[in-house]
Amino acid sequence: MFLEQILNGLAQGSIYALIGIGFALIFGVLGLVHFAHGEVYMIGAFIGFLMITAFHLPVWAALLLAIAGAAFVGFLVELLNFRPLRKAPEYASMICTLGLSVVLQNAAMLIWGSDTKSLPLSSENVAFSFFGAKLSMEQILIFTVSLGLMVGLQYILYCSKLGKAIRAIAQNREAAALMGVNINQVIAATFAIGSGLGGAAGVLVGLYYNAFYPTMGFMAGLKAFTATVLGGLTSVPGAVLGGIILGVVENITAAYISSGFRDLVAFVILILVLFIRPSGIFGRGIQEKV
Amino acid sequence: MMNMSKSLLTSILRRIDEKEKSLYLLLLIAVAILPLASQSDYVLRIATLCGIYIVLALGLNLVTGYAGQMCLGWAAFYGIGAYTSALLVMRLHASFWLALPAAGLMAAFFGLLLGIPTMRLKNTYLAITTLGFGEIVRLILLNWTDLTRGSMGLPGIPSPSFFGIDLDGKLFYYYFIVVLVIVTLVTMARLVDSRLGRALQAIREDELAAKSMGIDTTRYKIVAFAIGAFFAGIAGSFFAHYSAYIDPHNFAFGESIAVLSMVILGGMRSLPGVVFGAVVLTLLPEVLREAAEYRMIVFGGILMLTMLLRPQGIFGGVQRKKVSLTPEAVGQGKQPLYQNRLPEKAG
Repeated sequence: MFLEQILNGLAQGSIYALIGIGFALIFGVLGLVHFAHGEVYMIGAFIGFLMITAFHLPVWAALLLAIAGAAFVGFLVELLNFRPLRKAPEYASMICTLGLSVVLQNAAMLIWGSDTKSLPLSSENVAFSFFGAKLSMEQILIFTVSLGLMVGLQYILYCSKLGKAIRAIAQNREAAALMGVNINQVIAATFAIGSGLGGAAGVLVGLYYNAFYPTMGFMAGLKAFTATVLGGLTSVPGAVLGGIILGVVENITAAYISSGFRDLVAFVILILVLFIRPSGIFGRGIQEKV
Repeated sequence: MMNMSKSLLTSILRRIDEKEKSLYLLLLIAVAILPLASQSDYVLRIATLCGIYIVLALGLNLVTGYAGQMCLGWAAFYGIGAYTSALLVMRLHASFWLALPAAGLMAAFFGLLLGIPTMRLKNTYLAITTLGFGEIVRLILLNWTDLTRGSMGLPGIPSPSFFGIDLDGKLFYYYFIVVLVIVTLVTMARLVDSRLGRALQAIREDELAAKSMGIDTTRYKIVAFAIGAFFAGIAGSFFAHYSAYIDPHNFAFGESIAVLSMVILGGMRSLPGVVFGAVVLTLLPEVLREAAEYRMIVFGGILMLTMLLRPQGIFGGVQRKKVSLTPEAVGQGKQPLYQNRLPEKAG
């Protein structure tokens, strides 16, 4: 029973980690929070849903298309919401993406209706026994896909020119520009990568709970953000660790205390971390620039 | 007492120049005779709603507009006020006239609590903390079913009575919210130019500079949160008794966004701007009746477009450029360090 809760927590945590990586990458290059990231995840989920139901594509193809679609949405968000506000005060882009998140959520509600959609499932619910705990096919899918994507991301970040550019911008944007890095291109690519991961998380979570609904991005986005803050806001491994911690803690709370507290846990963790150690587990200390 | 209120009145009137004075007088008369001009309950209901949002938005404006502290959980204070007042009256049979200030004070207390993190957190971090706070309050209202009945809400919140006369008429609520709006407006207008208001503006412009001028920035920020929240709590109490039914859904994230949109559309730190924003955004969904489902899209779109096109809002003054303290910028004298009036001897 306990092991099963841990496994459920790990699956949920991997999802938070995938979304959280997007927050971390974007905060890394821009120092800004992308409030509509949860909605990008929701759009990814719906793209996957449509591909599976309307076009009868296999899951892997739907997943790839969702990643591509979400990456494109991320690219657009950067182009329309962040680029014009590059020199504006910090709150401007924050409020702007907050507005975008509200618009996307409600637009999705108008387009797809506010009810929960689910896939016509084949009733064969495959589950494996793992040291006495149930391990479902969807959980295995989540673990393999998210692990694969994280490894791929590490490869991009540390073994490619783009990754080098992303890390350079995260360290010092002006210096990177002086070294000939095309800032706008790299930031757009960062948004595409982060959003693609979010889109993948959307499809995975949709398959896991077999539920797709327009407001699914709000809570997931906030929780993934909590995970990122827990990990240190700019750190990719931090986001992964934070996501997994949050997923496990949440599931254990829901199982052993009360399911009503499931959502509360995340926010209490968020406020505690921000208050006690805003730099998170792996984060660099926040220094006030004079 | 008479003298004091008279001098207060003259001091307020002196601040308003002649042209504006007649404009305000006209507005006041229009507001006063509105119920006579239109007999419809609907118009009165919308006008009362406008009043509630004006009080809410003016409170938030003190925190976000003047002190520059982003708050994405404003509905929490509104909800705390509403539930405090409703529960006091329903469970403890307290009088509304006691519950109303109690609701304000309770919200102010939570404002103090939320103000404390502003010691260490800024900008994005603060925004997220306030968002988290808003969600925590909503989830507690939803899950503490023994006290709040959770999602079933609190029905049958009684109307106030005055010396045994039940005041449940729509006219009473209308004139009462008008009085509340006027009290809030006058308080804010007085606060903004006071020592507190100037200290808050100094903090917004440059916190480090304000601190080195001797302003106790933490204390002022916390006080701003408490005062703003007090008014949100009052609005909440009014709303609870006016609508006679509340549930946690009334105080969700969307409501925080709505109030923030009002402040931002009209222009942060412009009192007429905030009133304008609150009225327009309350009327808009009513005017576009068939487009009611677009309400939130409109709010979101307004937030986006305002930021992209006119970040200072419709009534906001010219946005001050970011001050750069590099020797070049200062030396060339291109950027005046402070455009706003700063307190001569603050803190």
